[in-house]
Amino acid sequence: MRIELMKVNLTQTKRLIRKYHGKKGILIPLLQDIQSAYGYIPTAAIEIIAQELSIFPVDIYGILTFYAQFYLTPRGKHTIKVCQGTACHVMGGKDILDYLSGKLGINQGETSQDRMFSLERVACLGCCGMAPVVVIDNAFYGRATVEKVKKLLLGYRLKKNK
Amino acid sequence: MKTKIIICMGTSGISAGAIEVVKNFKKELSRYKLNAQCQIIRSGDRGLFRDVLVDIVTEQLGRVTYEYIKPKDVALIVRQHIIEGRLVQELRAKDDYAQFFEEQMRIVLSHCGEIDPEDIDAYIANEGYSAIKKVLRMSADEVIGEIKKSGLRGRGGAGFPTGLKWEFTKQAKNDLKYIVCNADEGDPGAFMDRSILEGDPHAVIEGMLIAGFAVGAQAGYVYCRAEYPLALARLKKAILAADRKGFLGKRILKTKFSFDIQIKEGAGAFVCGEETALLASIEGRRGMPVTRPPFPAEQGLWGRPTLINNVETLANVRYIITKGGDWFSSIGFQKSKGTKVFALAGKIKNTGLVEVPMGTTIRKLIFGPGGGMLNKNIGFKAVQIGGPSGGCLPEKLLDTPIDYESITSTGAIMGSGGMVVMDKHTCMVDMARYFLEFTVAESCGKCVSCRVGLKRMLEVLEDITAGKGKPQDLEFLKEMSATIKDTALCGLGNTAPNPVVTTLQYFEDEYEAHIKNKICPSGVCAGLLKFEVLIEKCVKCGLCFGVCPAGAIIWEKQEYAKINLDKCIKCKACINVCPFLAII
Repeated sequence: MRIELMKVNLTQTKRLIRKYHGKKGILIPLLQDIQSAYGYIPTAAIEIIAQELSIFPVDIYGILTFYAQFYLTPRGKHTIKVCQGTACHVMGGKDILDYLSGKLGINQGETSQDRMFSLERVACLGCCGMAPVVVIDNAFYGRATVEKVKKLLLGYRLKKNK
Repeated sequence: MKTKIIICMGTSGISAGAIEVVKNFKKELSRYKLNAQCQIIRSGDRGLFRDVLVDIVTEQLGRVTYEYIKPKDVALIVRQHIIEGRLVQELRAKDDYAQFFEEQMRIVLSHCGEIDPEDIDAYIANEGYSAIKKVLRMSADEVIGEIKKSGLRGRGGAGFPTGLKWEFTKQAKNDLKYIVCNADEGDPGAFMDRSILEGDPHAVIEGMLIAGFAVGAQAGYVYCRAEYPLALARLKKAILAADRKGFLGKRILKTKFSFDIQIKEGAGAFVCGEETALLASIEGRRGMPVTRPPFPAEQGLWGRPTLINNVETLANVRYIITKGGDWFSSIGFQKSKGTKVFALAGKIKNTGLVEVPMGTTIRKLIFGPGGGMLNKNIGFKAVQIGGPSGGCLPEKLLDTPIDYESITSTGAIMGSGGMVVMDKHTCMVDMARYFLEFTVAESCGKCVSCRVGLKRMLEVLEDITAGKGKPQDLEFLKEMSATIKDTALCGLGNTAPNPVVTTLQYFEDEYEAHIKNKICPSGVCAGLLKFEVLIEKCVKCGLCFGVCPAGAIIWEKQEYAKINLDKCIKCKACINVCPFLAII
């Protein structure tokens, strides 16, 4: 697995870097591209970027740890985001986050043991009218309840078995 | 006339199944060979959350709105409404749908939910890109003059006069200038920018073009949150389409004016909504604010003069140009002109986007288009305005007119226009704690007062909500709030104590109940809940008995109600249902 990742990094990361050659302000979009290719930012990729762009790895780490969107560890197959915006908070978003955290046995920001789900809290998804909101991958589920979320989880697990 | 089928397909419409509904319409129309007579319009969201909204416009029946449409309802609508010409009464939008729109004045939102945002021809047919054509025949000073005359002020929160900002950027001497559209709508509880980008992206592009022409800029950036995938996708399409039609790029409409727009996707940092942090982020650095001056109008992106306007501000521009600054300034109130879009959410009947003239009272907004409280039994307690930088206002301030100055005088701020309504089951101390938790997590860590001060305040609030509050805590919170307000580097820090300041100002009794009596009167703070029935408040109505899943409530009508703590599973169902707040 490790060796395989390294191989991919060398080719794909370099190809992605070349795409931005000679442009300004590229570091964040480049990292976003790398993350969408691998699902997270592999350490090897950071070293390659640092070399290619002639910057220090610490500058890249600075960006990665500042922005909530970047991950330094592999993610689960599905990412569950539970909105904790004001409206979702008032409508009971916390109960849903607590339920998921208990059910999956992980805290927010972590990935379940079977690598099926990563759990995240987000500040606001801008869908306050459907509060509380849960987003799994890119599908939005509004007016969520613990019951609804329970069914959703089951649905995603069944998909896996198919 | 072709029959029009308008289906709302913003983020909320799609999450409720709008894609399936469209598919079924296509299927049904081809089944009856009606494709040529009917036109399906995939519009943005209209602002009211009714799952999938479908409007049918026919010559015979006019325009009819159907709400909560499921894919299975489509066959009935096509057969009965479109073919037979009879209304499907059971699916029609109820009276409150019309009430929601009645008291609004839609300028910025006029296209949302009406036209297909991915179809540039639909935008052009609705006077789109006519403002830029007009502007290209004017001088830059005339354009700025018109914006100044309109009295438009920044809709992102601070309310700085837009015309002045444009003038400063124009006056800055440089061969390269930038326009930045701030679409990093991070305030929890605000979603007007997302809806505008999803429902009418061309209006924002046209606003940027006009701004670019006026200040002499050649390039523009839209900095948009990554949390808005649909808005980003529609904006990308819109830019491509505008480029193909010659509204972007070199020598626009065969004049000397050239302008390009690029999208920069945010990476999840609330502070990037602050303009200097936003610029740092576009440049590919950590989004940390810097001191001003120099203002971005003099030294902004890559050291060049940069004009930064919010999405809603830019979306207003084309209407001001076509209808005139005088028209715009005739709408509104005192020093706040035009309309403002508000995002109504929380414990309110109609959640959604409402656009009203400035000067409308908060009460009118909540009980007019908002339709009043979600649960009439549980009354209004507070409305939170302005997100984490704003404040919670009590009932006695509901008649405050909505304009920058009046709202600021209450201790809240206009902010981007989020309004979260709270009922008596919301604990104000918990709300203050919630907002601080948010700002602590989002503080960039550059200045001490924000990084350390907010954290200390949060710790005290956590203690209070856990029942470990001390009498001197309130004094500490007040003092710390004032210090942070005075010393923080950027807008995020300066305004972060506002939720604490306003809740202390208007709901101090709740803080005292938590600290002195160790109770949470709203039944929210888990550490303080005793699951006891307060005999003096209880009317023995039995609502709690009905909802308890554990059978832990002992109740006899008109006689007594109490909780058997041995059976109680502490699920809070009884607390949430009690209209009298008799269980704590």
